[in-house]
Amino acid sequence: MALNKQVANAEEAIKGIESGMTIMFGGFGLCGIPENSIAAVRKNGAKNLTCISNNAGVDGFGLGVLLESRQVKKMISSYVGENEEFERQMLSGELNVELIPQGTLAERCRAAGAGIPAFFTPAGYGTEVAEGKEVRWFDGKPHILEHAFDASFAFVKAWKGDTAGNLIFKATARNFNHAMAMAGKITVAEVEVLVPAGELDPMEIHTPGIFIQRIYQGDHFEKRIEQRTVRTK
Amino acid sequence: MALDKNGIAQRIAQELKHGYYVNLGIGIPTLVANYIPNGIDVEFQSENGMLGMGPFPIEGEEDADLINAGKQTITAMPGAVYFDSSTSFAMIRGQHVDLTVLGAMEVSDQGDIANWKIPGYMVKGMGGAMDLVASAKNIIVAMMHTNKKGESKLLRQCTLPLTGTKCVTKVVTNLAVLEITEKGFKLLERAPGVSVEEIQAATEGRLIIEGEIPEMSL
Repeated sequence: MALNKQVANAEEAIKGIESGMTIMFGGFGLCGIPENSIAAVRKNGAKNLTCISNNAGVDGFGLGVLLESRQVKKMISSYVGENEEFERQMLSGELNVELIPQGTLAERCRAAGAGIPAFFTPAGYGTEVAEGKEVRWFDGKPHILEHAFDASFAFVKAWKGDTAGNLIFKATARNFNHAMAMAGKITVAEVEVLVPAGELDPMEIHTPGIFIQRIYQGDHFEKRIEQRTVRTK
Repeated sequence: MALDKNGIAQRIAQELKHGYYVNLGIGIPTLVANYIPNGIDVEFQSENGMLGMGPFPIEGEEDADLINAGKQTITAMPGAVYFDSSTSFAMIRGQHVDLTVLGAMEVSDQGDIANWKIPGYMVKGMGGAMDLVASAKNIIVAMMHTNKKGESKLLRQCTLPLTGTKCVTKVVTNLAVLEITEKGFKLLERAPGVSVEEIQAATEGRLIIEGEIPEMSL
């Protein structure tokens, strides 16, 4: 029998979230973000959170809603230029921000899930990102030491999932969701469509259920578009 | 006549070769996709997780799940593939991408690049730029030769926080095409109607001028 990871709803899925925790949020911009889990964390009210997420949402949507409610103490991201409230809190010193290269962010997630405590990468050598970090040369090139993340929870979003936790993503909504799913001590997946184990084709699964502890079907997905760009016919 | 942004993109497109995988940054670099020379096939990599990026969608066909690294709605070409962020940067760090085109605020004559932060004014973050410049074999910078105040962006040393060191191979601006060499910016081509003197005056870094400098053919 396949293991059953299904929980009833977002409230049940976020059980155990406490103030001061480090939490990962999948998504790139507003694409593939765990919007139902974010709403539940907002309702839960846990404060002083350290959030690891490529971006910080926009005003009033995505992680923007946790910034608005002052639940975030620190953001670890690669790009944060899309949110006025974020900028205000950062400039006023209310919010601690650590900016890191996007590939390093992804690899620090993957490494956490893969049992690799640290790794050397060329990204950021010679920049302020490298300050205070060990440098080693491999094949005549300098690399800096980066550590795997340590996150209590990871919230990810997929298109389809089954009760065993197996996930399938749509298009570029996969982004950070896969590596973060691997990394969380407790990984919560919200999906648009949840089916019984056995209904997904095992050959088409992107993220194996072993990385997922809880899965639920989200009530509602707004799936807001950040930069609607079109061409004329 | 100095080039406009489209002209810069058009010139950079001449650097594309058949079979290239190409990563285009935000801004002028994105425009390069509009000028792929006839008869060659290239595939665009978007670091948020796809190869085979196509044009913007026709109105009504936008898909919130299909965006580029600038968060714009896009489409997929036949043969496209999606993958996760760590795989995407494995392609980049592992040097599987043949050409990277990036915008910049400053480039030094040793190939250093600054494009992610203006202390006290703008801090948006480096996104994938630091990973790209640290690993890519072939990095072309697309930018205006001077900033809005008329100051040179091609410098002896960058003044802004760096994105990467000794990594840029070529710079294409509204005035010129320049190659980074050990002795500085080597002037390869002039924009149509732009004189060597004008380029010299707009370049703060070391400029190497050898022989007749041809005009770009666009």
